[in-house]
Amino acid sequence: MEIDPFIFRLSIFILSIFVGYYVVWSVTPSLHTPLMSVTNAISSVIIVGAIIAALANNDENIFTSSSLFGYMAITLAAVNIFGGFLVTQRMLAMYKKKKKDK
Amino acid sequence: MSANLSAIFYLISGVLFILALRGLSSPETSRQGNFFGIAGMIIAITVTFVSVGNFSSGFTYVIIFLLVGGAIGAFIAFKIPMTAMPELVAGFHSLVGLAAVFVAIAAFINPQAFNLGSPGTIKLASLIEMSIGAAVGAITFSGSIIAFLKLQGIMSGSPITFKGQHLLNALILLSIIVLTYFLCVSQSSKLFWILIAISFLIGFLLIIPIGGADMPVVISMLNSYSGWAAAGIGFTLENTALIITGALVGSSGAILSYIMCKGMNRSFFNVILGGFGATEQSSKNQNKEQRPVKSGNADDAAFLMKNASSVIIVPGYGMAVAQAQHALKEMVDTLKKNDIKVSYAIHPVAGRMPGHMNVLLAEANVPYDEVFELEEINNDFANADVAFVIGANDVTNPVAKTDPQSPIYGMPVLDVEKCKSVLFVKRSLSPGYAGIDNDLFYRENTLMLFADAKKMTEDISKNL
Repeated sequence: MEIDPFIFRLSIFILSIFVGYYVVWSVTPSLHTPLMSVTNAISSVIIVGAIIAALANNDENIFTSSSLFGYMAITLAAVNIFGGFLVTQRMLAMYKKKKKDK
Repeated sequence: MSANLSAIFYLISGVLFILALRGLSSPETSRQGNFFGIAGMIIAITVTFVSVGNFSSGFTYVIIFLLVGGAIGAFIAFKIPMTAMPELVAGFHSLVGLAAVFVAIAAFINPQAFNLGSPGTIKLASLIEMSIGAAVGAITFSGSIIAFLKLQGIMSGSPITFKGQHLLNALILLSIIVLTYFLCVSQSSKLFWILIAISFLIGFLLIIPIGGADMPVVISMLNSYSGWAAAGIGFTLENTALIITGALVGSSGAILSYIMCKGMNRSFFNVILGGFGATEQSSKNQNKEQRPVKSGNADDAAFLMKNASSVIIVPGYGMAVAQAQHALKEMVDTLKKNDIKVSYAIHPVAGRMPGHMNVLLAEANVPYDEVFELEEINNDFANADVAFVIGANDVTNPVAKTDPQSPIYGMPVLDVEKCKSVLFVKRSLSPGYAGIDNDLFYRENTLMLFADAKKMTEDISKNL
């Protein structure tokens, strides 16, 4: 019997949870706020679904109900992607080491 | 582009996201990590454009909406003050949630676009995944909105509770499962809309009973939810990048919630069921005997610190509210000029989100190697001369170690009272979030400084 592709995706999912578990435990507590903002940004990769929905139609009818939801989702996810990565960048730029004593 | 090739690119972007989180293990590598994340995102978006291969006028609109959203996001990212970071993150979570709901709706209306069958005959597995994505997304959205309103102060931070609340929530959660079942059987779009509406409602109901200071747990939890929602959608779209990301974000949020709960010595369910801090009123009034408190002014504080050889600063949410981090840094600089050793002690649940205090101190140019976590620094209090508590309260309460009756008994606290003297900046003697008196106020070695945190710090600097 052939294995359902779903099982492969499930395997990726389960293994990623474990990767996430170990990677996140190694994050230093002082960077927990940037961790939240960057996870925010990357979870907006959901935008790929929004793009597929928005581009599903041909030229005659660009705006159907499903593509409209796609466009709205693109806008929301874009706020998150740009906002998330930039605010993370801004925060991380502030973390500085002590200057060496003379 | 062939489906296999694009799947490989999605895998690459998933791996880049893992590296982005991995970079956060130290501040030196973190900036590079963020660029990995950005690269992963660019790859994922580009591959999607190429594999859909539709560059008609619809594509122009996609770019326009992308840029509009991006401009709004960039504007917010540059303008937001660091003290408002918890609100910002809560707001961003709500957007991820809503985006997940919209994608699920689009997939339900037009399943052909996603290769999931046609309306009315959507593949069973896809329908289940879609429903999970939509429901969790909706819960994330409305929950985050409530968290945002509470953090922003638009809505009162005190818990909202009513009779039968938990029963109602349990019934609604049950009905979501039942609805999903009937939705899969009937493929009825009416049920799909009801499912989404109920999920919005439960997200709202789940967060209103949780008080303001429990927000670190709530934000981490919603962070986790936004990940699971993304993963649900990832299964629907059969997209590896989304599945990997969803799992990463989901487990990240879960770990943060766990750390926060441990920092308060409370179980996750205790926090989620809410109502904490509202029930303590009666016991508080009973033992309202007047105990003597020593209070002082900026001059006294400056005198104490000038004669100290080491000072430990304990910041809390009050510092964020008063925006006192810059004034604090100036005071510390003056202390250092007098050869006084200064370090900072951060409790895991100080502030309104994980790592909140660290970001504020970083903003004020405090080097991160002077900032220590609870376990790292707790033994040093016994050898320090002065502890300067600014805006923290419950996390310093020695009662947590001594009184088994106390609601915060067992919570890890900073051993501030072991210092030779404690300076406690606070506006009044009112109890903290947990609704209990802080025993520290009445200790021999405590000097209360009744003032606004920022003003007091500035005054001390002048007197040094």
